[in-house]
Amino acid sequence: MFKLSSLLFKSKSKSKNALTIIRTFNNLQPCNASTHANSRVPISRNFCTAPERDSIEYDVVIVGAGPAGLSAAIRLKQLCRENDTDLSVCVLEKGSEVGAHILSGNVFEPRALDELLPQWKQQEAPISTPVSSDKFWFLTKNRAISLPSPFDNKGNYVISLSQLVRWMGAKAEELGVEIYPGFAASEILYDSDNKVIGIGTNDMGISKDGSKKETFQRGVEVKGQITLLSEGCRGSLSEQIMKKYNLREKGGAEHQTYALGIKEVWEIDEEKHQPGAVLHTLGWPLDHKTYGGSFLYHMKDRQISLGLVVALNYQNPFMNPYEEFQKFKHHPAIKPFLEGGTVIQYGARTLNEGGFQSVPYPVFPGGAIVGCSAGFLNVPKIKGTHTAMKSGMLAAEAAFGVFNEGLDMNTYWDALRNSWIWEELYKSRNYRPAFKYGLIPGLALSGLEHYILKGRHPITLKHGKPDHEATNAAELHSPIHYPKPDGVFSFDVPTSLHRSNTNHEHDQPPHLRLRDPKIPELTNLPVFAAPESRYCPARVYE
Amino acid sequence: MKIMVTVKRVIDYAVKIRVKPDKTGVVTQNVKMSMNPFCEIALEEALRIRESGLASEVVAVSMGPSQCVDTLRTGLAMGADRGIHVEANDSMYPLFVAKILKKLVEIEKPGLLILGKQAIDDDCNQTGQMVAGLLNWPQGTFASKVVLDKEKQVATVDREVDDGIETLCLNLPAVITTDLRLNQPRYATLPNIMKAKSKPIKKFTPKELNVDIKPDLEIVEVTEPPKRKSGVLVFSVDELIEKLKHEANVI
Repeated sequence: MFKLSSLLFKSKSKSKNALTIIRTFNNLQPCNASTHANSRVPISRNFCTAPERDSIEYDVVIVGAGPAGLSAAIRLKQLCRENDTDLSVCVLEKGSEVGAHILSGNVFEPRALDELLPQWKQQEAPISTPVSSDKFWFLTKNRAISLPSPFDNKGNYVISLSQLVRWMGAKAEELGVEIYPGFAASEILYDSDNKVIGIGTNDMGISKDGSKKETFQRGVEVKGQITLLSEGCRGSLSEQIMKKYNLREKGGAEHQTYALGIKEVWEIDEEKHQPGAVLHTLGWPLDHKTYGGSFLYHMKDRQISLGLVVALNYQNPFMNPYEEFQKFKHHPAIKPFLEGGTVIQYGARTLNEGGFQSVPYPVFPGGAIVGCSAGFLNVPKIKGTHTAMKSGMLAAEAAFGVFNEGLDMNTYWDALRNSWIWEELYKSRNYRPAFKYGLIPGLALSGLEHYILKGRHPITLKHGKPDHEATNAAELHSPIHYPKPDGVFSFDVPTSLHRSNTNHEHDQPPHLRLRDPKIPELTNLPVFAAPESRYCPARVYE
Repeated sequence: MKIMVTVKRVIDYAVKIRVKPDKTGVVTQNVKMSMNPFCEIALEEALRIRESGLASEVVAVSMGPSQCVDTLRTGLAMGADRGIHVEANDSMYPLFVAKILKKLVEIEKPGLLILGKQAIDDDCNQTGQMVAGLLNWPQGTFASKVVLDKEKQVATVDREVDDGIETLCLNLPAVITTDLRLNQPRYATLPNIMKAKSKPIKKFTPKELNVDIKPDLEIVEVTEPPKRKSGVLVFSVDELIEKLKHEANVI
């Protein structure tokens, strides 16, 4: 059994996707343990020349059982039924169960679901809390100033995305989709023409030093005529593919920009709970140079989800997004909600903020990229689920065209550009980039766009520097003093981590491998005062 | 020889448990469920015995609601040959499980019945012992090592007991319950999970087996353990004695 344990139903795990560190894959080499003198991390995770892997073949292989992947799977099977044919569809999910690694606010716009499964209400989808109020506050240290809400959430619902995804997984299985949780796709398989022919799952049962344990099991090859990557923001394989086939340049896209979302689920006092209430804030605790804001959504059963989203192009290397979130909970307008309540869950996840400007060419030889791995999140709306789902559906339709009519996957790109995804992303393309000029100019430009221009002009602002280049040297800033956690409203990282139910078997190779293990010592520490000890909400860098 | 292994569907060991607001139990809705870790060890041991040629078939048994089939499929994916699901929607207390197992044993006639020593949800540690009593079979509980001798039809079991290791020799058929150090369960590989879908699972109900499972236990209340109080520093031995006497009431 894969020892990656799952989480309680609401909030999900944190991604260990760091910005400047990318996994490298080594080919099969003779066994040897760590040899690098200064490295605490074995850089070569090698396996002994291993026996051939089992190979399983499908028509379509989908990596990631999230909203995009499952929408693609469901749509494929629907098309098969409509056309009296069948395709074998396999979805691989690294989480221990479908929904285990899903983490999102979430105020859900049912637009794509209405198209995919119009009977979702009758089929008892876990969507039952319509948005009942929509507030928008600007926070200063002690005050909350109410602003007109820029959102229009009429017809939307406050949901737990992991629950919805779990329901979608069940629907997919009913249609004949094979879903295998507990198996991570860890490498891409190519044929001799450099076309993607599938993925390989990871070997299991390897100990910390890379040697095989008693429980060693070789991974398997899952081959597909078409491979769809729906790994979510900064998916490992997707990033590899985008690099290999130059998909960013091919699509005329800028770099992707990111934000980190840190979230908790609380069970609060009955009187304070207003199901469907939606609140967003700007301002404190973030300064005017840092883009980000908070959310507080009331779900059902007296539960609320609240969190802080911080754009990762923040300049001060001393900033600690996790601690900013803890600080936020103490604001006099926020704390009352939490008084008398219990925190149930914790998690964090990166999100895309690049929008229209950063969408890469999503088709590669042998497959396509869907969902947040490509990046269809509508930043001003703060919604990416509906666009991710629609992209999955469009990719499925293109894939079906490949099997049924001999078309090619590039029809997916055409379909995307003719869809409401494109319309939405185009209309909202300038909001986020406007903030590179600072909070006030950003707000002003956003107001202009939102109330007057509505994106109907030819100007497309470019993003600022890539996130990792925006971090200033430590000498330009002073350390931020964060208050100690009080254990009632704010907590330290180990407590929060324990709460997230993320449990990994200790005796396995580290998930992160540094491209150059010397950099933390030679660059991170002296120039940036070791920001990795502050930017990870799971404290993986110790 | 056939080996029968019981597998129980419990809340995953890594989940942080919460008590329901009405105090009737713990929250199980939308919570990850898995095979009881001790049952995994039991199944692993059965598979190893079969792989060494001393048994011909491993049958996995699970009792409970329809989702138990998922647990059985995991067991089949690990390598069990067949599954038996006894469908019951009430709480399965150890005595009922034992009575049902007795009936299944009479049907299947295994030479060895292996169970986990206890389930991590109720920590009863009773089922193995009870079923051994009902069947009048020898029992080796808390096994940390099992060695079978086919010719002599005995099982030599090392038991982890409070003062060390006790070695027993049991005549087959026998009941063994597994402890943590017995083995490391294998991972279910993707190909095996796929093959497991076509392995047969037979269904029974307690009624068909003529077992009355009317509960004789009633859960009165479930509460969280009291929060740990922070420690107190004492500055002299007299103060310590005074606190032990009057506050902790231990001397």
